[in-house]
Amino acid sequence: MPDRKLAPQIVDAVNFELKLKPADRFTLRNGVEVYAVNAGAEEVLSLEWVFFAGNWHEEQDLVAPTTNFLLRNGTSAKTAFQINEHFEYYGSYLNRACYNETATITLHCLTKHVRELLPVIKELITDSVMPQNELDIYKQNMKQRLKVSLKKSDFIASRLIDVYLYGENHPYGKYSRAEDFDALNREQLQQFYQKYYQQGKLILFVAGKLPADLEPLLNQYFGDLPNTPIDTGTLFTSPATGKKFRIINDEAGVQGSIRIGRPFPNRHHPDFMKTMVLNTVFGGFFGSRLMSNIREDKGYTYGIHSYIQNHMHDCSWVISTEAGKDVCEATIEEVYKEMKILREEIVEEEELLLVRNYMMGGLLGDLDGPFQIIGRWKNIVLNNLTEQYFYDSINTIKSITAEELQALAQKYLNPDEFYELVVV
Amino acid sequence: MHDCPKFAYCKGGLPVAAANKGSIIQYRIAKKQSTFIIINDVLNSMIQFEKFTLANGLRVIVHQDMSTPMAVMNIMYDVGARDENPEQTGFAHLFEHLMFGGSVNIPDYDEPLQMAGGENNAYTTNDLTNYYIQLPAENLETAFWLESDRMLSLAFGDKSLETQRKVVCEEFKEHYLTKPYGDVWHRMRELAYTKHPYRWMTIGKELSHIENAKLEDVQHFFFKHYRPVNAVLVVAGNVTVEKVKGLTEKWFGDIPSGEKYIRNLPQEPVQTAERRKEIKSSVPLDALYKCWHMGSRLEHKYYITDLLTDILSGGGSSRLYQSLVKEQQLFSSIECHHFGSTDNGLVVVEGKLVKGVKMEEAEKAVEKELDRMKNELVSDLELQKVKNKTESMLAFEDMSVMSRAASLAYYEILGDAAWMNTELEKYAAVTTEEILKECRNIFRADNSNTIRYLSEN
Repeated sequence: MPDRKLAPQIVDAVNFELKLKPADRFTLRNGVEVYAVNAGAEEVLSLEWVFFAGNWHEEQDLVAPTTNFLLRNGTSAKTAFQINEHFEYYGSYLNRACYNETATITLHCLTKHVRELLPVIKELITDSVMPQNELDIYKQNMKQRLKVSLKKSDFIASRLIDVYLYGENHPYGKYSRAEDFDALNREQLQQFYQKYYQQGKLILFVAGKLPADLEPLLNQYFGDLPNTPIDTGTLFTSPATGKKFRIINDEAGVQGSIRIGRPFPNRHHPDFMKTMVLNTVFGGFFGSRLMSNIREDKGYTYGIHSYIQNHMHDCSWVISTEAGKDVCEATIEEVYKEMKILREEIVEEEELLLVRNYMMGGLLGDLDGPFQIIGRWKNIVLNNLTEQYFYDSINTIKSITAEELQALAQKYLNPDEFYELVVV
Repeated sequence: MHDCPKFAYCKGGLPVAAANKGSIIQYRIAKKQSTFIIINDVLNSMIQFEKFTLANGLRVIVHQDMSTPMAVMNIMYDVGARDENPEQTGFAHLFEHLMFGGSVNIPDYDEPLQMAGGENNAYTTNDLTNYYIQLPAENLETAFWLESDRMLSLAFGDKSLETQRKVVCEEFKEHYLTKPYGDVWHRMRELAYTKHPYRWMTIGKELSHIENAKLEDVQHFFFKHYRPVNAVLVVAGNVTVEKVKGLTEKWFGDIPSGEKYIRNLPQEPVQTAERRKEIKSSVPLDALYKCWHMGSRLEHKYYITDLLTDILSGGGSSRLYQSLVKEQQLFSSIECHHFGSTDNGLVVVEGKLVKGVKMEEAEKAVEKELDRMKNELVSDLELQKVKNKTESMLAFEDMSVMSRAASLAYYEILGDAAWMNTELEKYAAVTTEEILKECRNIFRADNSNTIRYLSEN
């Protein structure tokens, strides 16, 4: 009979030596950089084309995401249907996504099919025509989808907190309105496409079981793109002047969407990594202070968490939850109480060890597999960091002290500096 | 953030990473949660595993993968919302929450696990309840210690019940009361099922059932369903069979077997007449929901049905999307999927109408596409396409150890873990003639349930 009161011995994950598997780097004829991780037991591949074509670069709202969306909706040789059918026939997944600074095309496929798929990806990058009819359908359906989203308090709250933090004219703060969809026209999209895709700057990330001739293959299809440098420039945020907001979106609503956020420096600031640890203690996992108090003790919500938005430029530190309508104010009060405790009391060594182990165990799991590893590399490359960043983060988790955490809490967790929003 | 699948509910509240893992695992189980992920070639790599049973009836499966530094423990209990008393719905899921409230010898479940560098979550569906842990392989015994103690007995505290009742009520509100169209599946289940317990959702029929849950009900439920004889334990990752055998005997060996739960659910009578319902609400757009009864998870027809729903919807070149969204522009979105439930399920078509389009016209256009499926063979290319898609979909999900572990447990609960390796053959065997025949069988008016969800604005 085992002694069930006694926990088995554990190896503290904090003692693990974690290594980031190196990425192979090479450049195509035209200077396009390629990062490749050859790993994994399965015959599969992930390829990601990253363009500097995010909404940071658009002159009119929605031009960047719309251009990105329509990339696969027709070339001069193929209809949207034919393009979709081609990728689906090979059981592959073609996705595209538009972010703030960048916009991407991603392909996941069996390695054996990559030769059938790359030529069509090239077609999307060089010869997408964005037919008027496709644009019209997109506008109509996106406006309808927006109407449904606007009924949801969490959607409204997430938009508004970004407006307060960055200002509605900043790429991080602006949001889509029906009239922005109406104002879109094909010429703007084509100009944007020409500048930021056809001639734009490209970086490629590849992972999985790589074909032996990867480099010549990529050179064949993507080695002659113009790859012109794109200037990302500087844009300034204009945060809101007021700090507290209460919005009624639905008179009959039974829950409030709470967002509490403050500006925060980006990854290049020395406080960033350390704060990742403090954030974990505060609201970054199931055992966090916020979750233990507000969900597990009070039962005010199904979940509450805090996170640092991972933007390339300005960032923010946000607490987010949906809580019962009548306990929203009590929830906010508890959030501030937890901030106060972190400012005034030192985190116990036991809790800090738990958080270190939890973070290291999580990292170990996150580095498991080629797609996870290339994701780390992408983060490093696109944020202009080096490999050292990864090792510095680990050292921070291992060595940060309770005193440092308290100092950070005193510096950043001051309620007066937070924007506070409830949308019912 | 709460990216749990539509037909399952999890402990939740975790940041993206853990929540997403839940939805990946769901593909084989609740099918069509097409949050797509990653690939591998199943054809070349059969999933190897070893199976043994403890004297108390606990079935144990070990799946070794030395390429990962992690270990996974997955425990699936053969109980879901369909096993609930109609007057106490939502109980299986509420119970799942209570499983984290401390066990007989261990006051806090999460803390020691986090200390060991691990993560966990759980979810409940209408058919089953699943708990899973991932942690560094060195600390595997911590998972054994925690899971065996809560299988032995819970702490059953009033405080935990009181809190989790509130948490689940907030979950109910968050997902069903505050979202536009949020009540539609409650209504649809009540329309389509008259006898079978699938007529309520996993979250429960109404808030009051959860609010009224008593501690003695909780205890009764535990000792009826959470016994070794009703569970499957899978240990996967960087582990050896020998080590798992030793640890299983040590930690689970002395738990009383319990009584095998014999499921005896009221079966749904064959539907003989079309059912229709209209809902008016302050939603921004009209929406159409149609359901037809289909067979169970264990029939060959399941694979036919699964593929035919893929032909109708699921990609940019699928039929309903191409015809109704792109060509005729009657719908702004349309999907076809099925419940993937163990007992006889439902095939679903749901879509939002383009503003200004008449409901009659939209519904007629859907019927026309279904008539095509009933009258003409789909092309070989179309069938091959959805088979290829299924192949890579299964392969993608099998890339993660956690997902392989959950699938092994699921197939074992269904009948045999080895079915995991024959799944692809079953899809490959489906013919265009079978699809035609099955469409004629399913898409009949007297087998249909329709909800017109109309905008009051």
